[in-house]
Order: sequence, then structure tokens, then C-alpha cells
Amino acid sequence: MDVIVCVKHVPDTAEAEVRIRPDGKDIEKEDLPFVINEWDEYAVEEAILIKERLGGTVVAITVGPPEAEATLRRCLAKGADMAIRVWDDALEGSDGYVVARVLANTIRAKGLSYDLILTGAQAADDGYAVVGPMLAEMLGIPHASLVKEERIEDGRIVVRRELEGGLEEVVELKLPALLTIQTGINEPRYVSIRGIRMARKKPLEVLGLSDIGMSPDEVGPAGSWLEVEEMFVPPAERVAEILPGSPAEEASKLIEVLKARGLV
Amino acid sequence: MPGPIFVLAEHRMGELRDITFEMLTKGHELAQQVGSELTALLLGHGVDGMAEELTKWADRVLYVEDERLKDFNADAYQAVLASLIEERKPVLTMIGHTAYGVDLAPSLAVQLGLPLATDCIDLCFEDGRLCVVRQMYGGKVNVRGRLKEASSYLATVRQAAFKPGGYGPLNGSIERVESPLKEEPPGRKFIELVTPPPGEVDITAADVIVSIGRGIKDKENIPMIEELARLLGGVVACSRPIVDKGWLPKERQVGSSGRTVKPKLYLAIGISGAFQHVVGMKDSELIIAINKDPKAPIFRFSDYGVVDDLFKVVPELIKQLREIKGET
Repeated sequence: MDVIVCVKHVPDTAEAEVRIRPDGKDIEKEDLPFVINEWDEYAVEEAILIKERLGGTVVAITVGPPEAEATLRRCLAKGADMAIRVWDDALEGSDGYVVARVLANTIRAKGLSYDLILTGAQAADDGYAVVGPMLAEMLGIPHASLVKEERIEDGRIVVRRELEGGLEEVVELKLPALLTIQTGINEPRYVSIRGIRMARKKPLEVLGLSDIGMSPDEVGPAGSWLEVEEMFVPPAERVAEILPGSPAEEASKLIEVLKARGLV
Repeated sequence: MPGPIFVLAEHRMGELRDITFEMLTKGHELAQQVGSELTALLLGHGVDGMAEELTKWADRVLYVEDERLKDFNADAYQAVLASLIEERKPVLTMIGHTAYGVDLAPSLAVQLGLPLATDCIDLCFEDGRLCVVRQMYGGKVNVRGRLKEASSYLATVRQAAFKPGGYGPLNGSIERVESPLKEEPPGRKFIELVTPPPGEVDITAADVIVSIGRGIKDKENIPMIEELARLLGGVVACSRPIVDKGWLPKERQVGSSGRTVKPKLYLAIGISGAFQHVVGMKDSELIIAINKDPKAPIFRFSDYGVVDDLFKVVPELIKQLREIKGET
């Protein structure tokens, strides 16, 4: 079972204070740590679990600048066999549609063979949730998104998709197919020292746009469907009154609020 | 007259889902703005009652009745929608940013070569171009963007972004459309729906919920939260990462893929407030958040906030509540 897993190197904003750039087109990223997209971490783990179960290879691909190699090295250290990074400065500011096109062209240009392609269900930064299904459509293979469980048998893959309210649905796809992976599908492993050492010997190939038959004018903002005009702080639905003071004072003020409402 | 505004009716287990009416309400406003017809698309099998219901909300209901559309199948839906869009040339097709919609819209957009904006919380037309508002970075910023010029647009719409109603009934007509499906989708088959097993604790019935997120850091810190919940006469719930890590069972998860709760008190501890969580608790009577990031989105949904380290504030809360209860 040959698996391609598509990953993204993203700023970690989960617990960071986010500041909008003066030009309003993006956030300040200089001080933010960059990590593998959380959903992709689960996709990589699932790819390696499949390889351990059924044999085959795992190829990790990213569209990103040289710094994104940290994320690819992580994939290699965990058990991917090979990694590909595609970049050109013109790709800066690309939306999910352009990224899907770059991935499709990379897979075709490299003649990569695959039975399964995995992506994260969405990216933590832009949250588009489009790359996986778009890539599947471009390659002409079936897909299922938000996958929480998979089982491979006789040229088919049976998956559980997460719906709303705790509900799930089971669907069957013909292989080759693409799955977008939901968090919680597995328990991503830690990177081992031995894995890091072995990763150094594994191939990491760097490609430019001309290698995949694309030109700069079809990527970046020029090739994207969505043009970002302005970023702004979301309006508040409720105006929170901040309870000030030391932790002891904050706690006692909070309890006062609860008392006033008859909750204590 | 410009082409219609299409809204894909989403239904499951015999019921139209709320997102359908939310999108129709926004679609109605947009149709008024651009002077076009609001059209609901209903794909299904034996759902005449739904078609009837939708006539109150739309000028026209396009009803595609086909046994192969009995259950949601992204491939079958894509084939039918592609055919309807190519034939009727809507200015906009709205699809829910739901488990169904995210499975369907991106591949449909590629097939048709039409620009798509996803997870929109607002939409409008400016000079014939679709402009949208959506969020990035886990709900920490909003983005106003516009789509590339096209004759027809696709958008997925976030759940609960629009309040349904406030117009009509429109007494629209039902137009039955012959199913354009030629065959069963070859690559994908729906097998079954799986309903969650009943949990030990029903968080939807609780008056007080003490809920934790990523900020709790370690499973070993959960007993502290359980103690706080006990003192407040409530139950412990959580956001998605806690369930993903296996620290609490799925039935404790609040949010779009978990439970929706409306307790008298929702105390959010170490929860940043991504929309997927907020949608499941924002209608609680009183919301109080404890988070060390003053810009955490959760504060925009809270009545009171404590901006501090939860590991300092929660022990204080426990200590003071014990004193009040004479447990010291």
C-alpha cells in the first residue's frame, strides 16, 4: 500500500496572542513558532500505521518555503520514506485551490504511484478545508473527508466519517482514494532519537514550479480564487467584564458573580 | 434578470437541518439585493414533506427525487449539482460548511471551474463579485475577501452564522426535476449512519458545566477540575483536543461534532474558543472564561473573564468554595 501524505507547516496560534500586520493582509508571524498542522500530524500517523500494517511506502509532500523542511524531517523521522518540498516565492499568498493544483501537478510530474492519499481535514491557519477533496477531483479519484477510522480490504477502503452531534457515517471507497483525516483518529507517536538519525539518510527532494510544469502567474494571489482584502479583530457577541486582581481576588470576584445569580 | 441564488437543502434522518433555513434567510437577503430568484435545491428520496416546507422559504424548490439520493453521497450530490448549475446558471450556490458540505463543495468547484469560498460568516455582492467574511487562525481574526470575477460562485456557509426567519412565507413553487444521475457513483458507496452510544453523563441536562480545553495541559490536572465541578454542583465537559487525547470520553465534548449545551453556568477553563467549540455553548445563560491569553476568542462569547493562569485561579476557587461550604 503506497501512501502519499500532504502536510503543511503552519504558525502555531493556538495559545499565542495574534497581531494583525499594519497592511491588514495577514498576521505578524515573526515571533510565532511554526509546527506541522495539527490535522496533518494525525494524517502522517495514519499513513505510517497503514505502512506498518500492510507494507508499502509513505511519501510526504509539502508546499512551503525552506523552513517547512522541519515539518518534512519530522515526517521522515516518524517513518515516512521520502519527502518532497515544492516552493517558489510566487507561491506566497496562495489559497487552497492553488495548493491543490501544485500538489496534483507534483504527483503527476514525479509519476508517484499511490493507493491512498491522506491530507488533514483542514489547516489550522487558513481553515479552508478544501485541499483534499480538490486534489482528489483533480486526480480523478474518490474521496471522503473528516475520517475517524479506516479499514482496507480487497481494493476498497471502508471509512467512518465524523458528522455533527456525535453522529458518524460509514462509507466505502474504491482504491486509489483520498481521505482527509480528522484529529483523534489515532495517537500520533513521538519523534525518536533513532528516527531523527535515520531521517538524515532519507531523500528530501526540492522542486520548483518549472519542475511541475507550472508558471508563477498561475499561483499566489494571481492564481487564487480568494483575494484577502483586510483582516480585522472579530466583533464580540458578548462584552466580557474582566475580573481584575490577584488570583485570590479574581476567584473571590468570580464567586461573587455566581452568588448574585444564586449559583453558589 | 440575473440567475437564481441556489441554496442546497441539507437533511438527515428525515429532517431538514437548521443550516438550510439559515442559508435560505441569507439567500433571501442576497436575492433581494441582486434582484434574482431564491431557489432551494432538494435532493432526496420520498421527501415531499420537506419540499412543501421549503416552499415557505424560497421562491422555487427544485426537487430531484431519486432512490440513489436517499442517503448523502458526495459523488451523487456532486453529479446532480453540477448538472443543475450548468443548466440554470445561478449567480451563487450556497452549501452548508458541514460534514456534508465540506465533502462536496471543493470537488464540485474543481469540476465546474467555479470559484469557491468556504466557511463564510457573511456574504455580499459588490460590482457583481462575491465578497465574503470568514475566519482564520482558529477564530482569532476575521478576513474580508473577494472572489475572482466569475459568472457563478460557490460558497460554504458556517453553521449558526445567520438567524433563520424574519421574512415570508414566500409560497414558492415546487418544480420536480428529473434526476440527472445516470448510474450509481462508481467510486463511493454509503453504508450506514452510526449513532453515538448513550453516555454515562448527559452534559446537556446539567445546570452547571465546568469545561476544559487544551490549556489544562495534562490528564493529571483533570481531578482538580472535577473537584471544582463538584463544589459548583456541575459536571465536567471539554473541547475537542481533550477527547482527541483520550482524556475524557466523547460524550463530554461540547461543540459542532459533540453536544450542544445551554446550562445556567458555563465555566470555560483553558479553552481558546475555536468556532467548532463555541457553536455548542454560546447560548448558555452565563458564560465565564478563564484564559491567560487576553485575546482568546472565548472572551468574545463570555459575560465575565479572568485573564490569568488557570493553575493559580482554579486552586483559589476551590479553596474559597470549600470555605463557603464549611468544608475546610
